[in-house]
Amino acid sequence: MAVKHDEWRELSRKALDHLRPKVDYADVRFVSRRGESVEVKNGAVETVSESWWTGFGVRVLRDGGWGFASSSTPGLEEVLAVADRAVGIAKASVLVPGRRAKLSPVEPVEDSWRAPYKKDPFEVKLEEKLALLFEAEKRVREGGGGKVMVASAGVATQREEKSFASSEGSYVEQEITETGGGLVAFAVGPGELQRRSYPNGDRELSGCYGWEAIEALDLTGNAERVGREAAELLEAKRCPSGQKDVILDSTQMVLQIHESCGHPTELDRVFGTEAGFAGTSFLTPDKLGKLRYGSDKVTIVADATAPGGLGTYGYDDEGVPAQRTVLIDKGVFRDYMSSRETAERLGGTSSGAMRADGWNRMPLIRMTNINLEPGDFSLDEMIKDTKDGVLMEINKSWSIDDKRLNFQFGTEIGWEIKDGALGEMLKSPNYTGITPEFWGSCDAIGDKKHWKLWGTPNCGKGEPSQVAHVGHGTAPARFRKVRVGVGQ
Amino acid sequence: MTTKERILDVLEKGLRFSGADQTEVLVMAEDIYLTRYATNYIHQNTAESNAEFYVRAVLGQKIGMSVTNAIDDESLRRAVRTAEDIARVQPDLADFQSLPDKTEVGDDPPACAFAAATAAFTAEERAGAVGRVTALAAENGYEAAGAFGTATARVGVANSLGVRRFGELTRANFSVIVMGDTGSGFAEGIALDVGKIDVGGMAATAVGKCREAQNPTAVEPGDYEVILEPPAVADLIRSLAFLGMGARSLQEGRSFMCGRIGQKVTGENLTVWDDGQDPAGLPLPFDFEGVLRQKVVLIENGVAKGVVYDSYGAGREPGRKSTGHALPPRFRFGAVPLNLFVKTGDSSVPEMIKATKRGILVTRFHYTNPLHPVLTTLTGMTRDGTFLVEDGKVKGPVKNMRFTNSILEALSGIEAIGAQTFTCPVFGLGSVTTPALKLRKFSFTGATEH
Repeated sequence: MAVKHDEWRELSRKALDHLRPKVDYADVRFVSRRGESVEVKNGAVETVSESWWTGFGVRVLRDGGWGFASSSTPGLEEVLAVADRAVGIAKASVLVPGRRAKLSPVEPVEDSWRAPYKKDPFEVKLEEKLALLFEAEKRVREGGGGKVMVASAGVATQREEKSFASSEGSYVEQEITETGGGLVAFAVGPGELQRRSYPNGDRELSGCYGWEAIEALDLTGNAERVGREAAELLEAKRCPSGQKDVILDSTQMVLQIHESCGHPTELDRVFGTEAGFAGTSFLTPDKLGKLRYGSDKVTIVADATAPGGLGTYGYDDEGVPAQRTVLIDKGVFRDYMSSRETAERLGGTSSGAMRADGWNRMPLIRMTNINLEPGDFSLDEMIKDTKDGVLMEINKSWSIDDKRLNFQFGTEIGWEIKDGALGEMLKSPNYTGITPEFWGSCDAIGDKKHWKLWGTPNCGKGEPSQVAHVGHGTAPARFRKVRVGVGQ
Repeated sequence: MTTKERILDVLEKGLRFSGADQTEVLVMAEDIYLTRYATNYIHQNTAESNAEFYVRAVLGQKIGMSVTNAIDDESLRRAVRTAEDIARVQPDLADFQSLPDKTEVGDDPPACAFAAATAAFTAEERAGAVGRVTALAAENGYEAAGAFGTATARVGVANSLGVRRFGELTRANFSVIVMGDTGSGFAEGIALDVGKIDVGGMAATAVGKCREAQNPTAVEPGDYEVILEPPAVADLIRSLAFLGMGARSLQEGRSFMCGRIGQKVTGENLTVWDDGQDPAGLPLPFDFEGVLRQKVVLIENGVAKGVVYDSYGAGREPGRKSTGHALPPRFRFGAVPLNLFVKTGDSSVPEMIKATKRGILVTRFHYTNPLHPVLTTLTGMTRDGTFLVEDGKVKGPVKNMRFTNSILEALSGIEAIGAQTFTCPVFGLGSVTTPALKLRKFSFTGATEH
């Protein structure tokens, strides 16, 4: 269905005209999202579905109180009714005394932005997608040699078109197309279940690409290995318990960065507005510029301008341009991801990180692409330089405390490292640590050749729950003297 | 909100537009309101009105699905046509038998899931309640954070085999975390009737617990007796349900119940069941295929009894029928129990404390995740009130700790079960109604700095 941008613009204009006398600030967002998900499992279709989802949200600020209302019902009458509902809610917000919101300034802008892709994933025939997936899934089972109980292969794509209009005069239209795919094998033995996947867990949307991303994945070429390694994991040794040097492949670094750097540098969490749900952050403003977060090898940026990332866009959902912000500079904590409201509290301007999960959610500070800058090691060099360690790949389990300090992460697979060489395969490896101590033990980061921008399409935050698509660029990295094999 | 008449009209149109051998249409219309507060002020305040139309088109043994939230005729026709097109290009699904027919879905359920007071609750009323909570927190020198939400849903299901089902549901949920400089307290509640949400009581509980939680000391990780308050128990039971109490996980060999149905998996004093009709929990009378939810005993006196089914999962086992646990088609988990109950005992948290030599009292867990689904090994953190108990008394607050534990193993050592239950929200839609438990051994494997 063609999105009616002219109608969105006109309805936004009328809503803002209606609201201006009643509020201090207002914005109107229209969002239309089309999705397709295809998955085959054990020789049969598991899911083929298409979705269309559209609506609009109105956010107002009145006397320092926020109100947000949204609807999927089209038409001017509903738009104006929803706008008035938002005003009523904003009035209710200030019935409770306390802090009042102020916005840092942003230049009004009229612009449009489109994430580039080469091959439109919605134009690829379903028959072609199914043929690819059936072949790849069959090879996973063949690789498992009868020990793989569940083999699946899937692709997913989404196109979001959206508009943002504000009472300050901004009007922005954006179109973002995302695509991804992967393979998963579950091998089952007596009292045992092991998962192996490609390229990185069961996360289907991996970046702002078209079908070319699926072609580059070479699903069929990796399928047999995925099945075989899942079966081998059943018989593999358990990860030993104790203190080891750990090399995390970039697939696991994604989760490490996400949980221990991404979330704690969200300024709304820092100011406590997620305390009632997911928690707060140990990175309080008094630590800005002072706290040694990691070793001097560690530089982490939030970069919404990185090409192809799931956290890449032209403007955030407050109409603030996409930016690159250095969060950790050579190990020192330097900055946050912020919104117009939270940036004002620190006397600055927004880093452009406010995004909403569709038309029916109020924007929150969300990760963009949180990237660990590459170092100068190859993976082989890291392994050769490790006497007693474990190499771990692809996240399988994650847990971190409510201030983002104590974490414990598990991976699909590991390999012993003894005297500079890879040894036996290890099943269910995990490791635990305290965030600044852990990053402080980082003494080697992979070089540009090993660096890859991964997608995380399942970042949950907020109430009502919102799922953000974010990116993490990283190479493998090594951490010294880490506690591994917890509970083994 | 989308009216009942409109929903029934959309259902019939959906069926009429389809040329498939079998067709199922589902409409979920929701009005959702939520007020969030933190550091003693309201920082988010939202309203949402939405209606989604799902269609499953069956051609022989092929199924196509599409969903849209535009319910004009053109959009409905497109959704139905797309589902048919998707079905057409697929190979047969050998396990698919049929959508449920009207003889399988059960009688009309009692209208027990709707409360008019919840549907009529206003932003001003939510703000009034939040204001009382933040004032109490401020009076005590603390800061409060949490949310007060209400939701009204209208759900209609129809299929070409004669199934017609319509229901209205309400939900009200309130949560509060009260934070001091060095510790915090927590309380939450969920009910279909907002009048049963005891905001004042929960605020007092959270403030009291926050007071007791100040200046925690560190204790060494290790094996301890534990007293788990209902939110902590609910977290573990929810995890077990998700890991292995649905047909798909059992059929795919991923469930802890695989090969163990009829065998002892926990202590004999644990019984867990699912019952979507019981008003003591959060009733959800029929599933998203229109099938009346049946009471399913999952663990009885420590013995694994079985799992829940939707029609597709049931079709994989000869003679099996759906137990009424289908999720909306967009979910890929298969059937999941959403209305869980844990059988009560005759104890109480104070009695459990008295009976503890050296243990940990846990208010709730945070970020619980599985390490090994078949072994039911989970890890997670304690949060918002963790206390050391020694010689029958609460000695004082302790810094939060990480557990890494086989949950079935831990539940094999239940020493006491509370007489009172508490209903905790899970999965957005469902609940666990559970008493507190005292466990003989629970492994804490790490600690944090607060």
